[in-house]
Amino acid sequence: MIRSELIQIIADDNPHLFQRDVERIVNTVFEEITEAMAKGERVELRGFGAFSVKQRDARLGRNPRTGAAVSVASKRVPFFKTGKLLRDRLNGKS
Amino acid sequence: MSDKTLTRMELSEAVFREVGLSRNESAELVETVLSLMSDALVRGEQVKISSFGTFSVRDKNARIGRNPKTGEEVPITRRRVLTFRPSHLMKERVSTGKRA
Repeated sequence: MIRSELIQIIADDNPHLFQRDVERIVNTVFEEITEAMAKGERVELRGFGAFSVKQRDARLGRNPRTGAAVSVASKRVPFFKTGKLLRDRLNGKS
Repeated sequence: MSDKTLTRMELSEAVFREVGLSRNESAELVETVLSLMSDALVRGEQVKISSFGTFSVRDKNARIGRNPKTGEEVPITRRRVLTFRPSHLMKERVSTGKRA
């Protein structure tokens, strides 16, 4: 399933909404999540999962081809943890 | 990291502000987005949201685990797990803390 399919299903199920509004709804949801994480915030969607940001410290990496040491700056990375309900559903429970 | 947490409430509030539907309907639509994604994943489909990221379902084989505290062996049955791979755009925005 891709973004446009998600939009299409919702538009088909909600004939009273304009297609462009459905697009804005779906885009807003993902944009809000990204925006929150860019600010270092957590997004907790019970049953679905939680998005959070993890801090990776600076480290000395190595170019695997040449073996040369390169310093890797500290950075923040997005992280997702599946919610319990969805995890159970994926495994045929509930 | 900031300890502020967003929930469904903030997402539906954003939809309410952006689109101008009722608060109730905004909340329902946020829920619809999440459940359509969940349903697709439960069917084993990949969910690919451009400039956001990709959710995919992977099969894990059974293996013998170990309770790290007691050293006791525990069987772990085969199961399906969900992984999220953030898009380059998201990684970049999160790593620098910059807005789009």
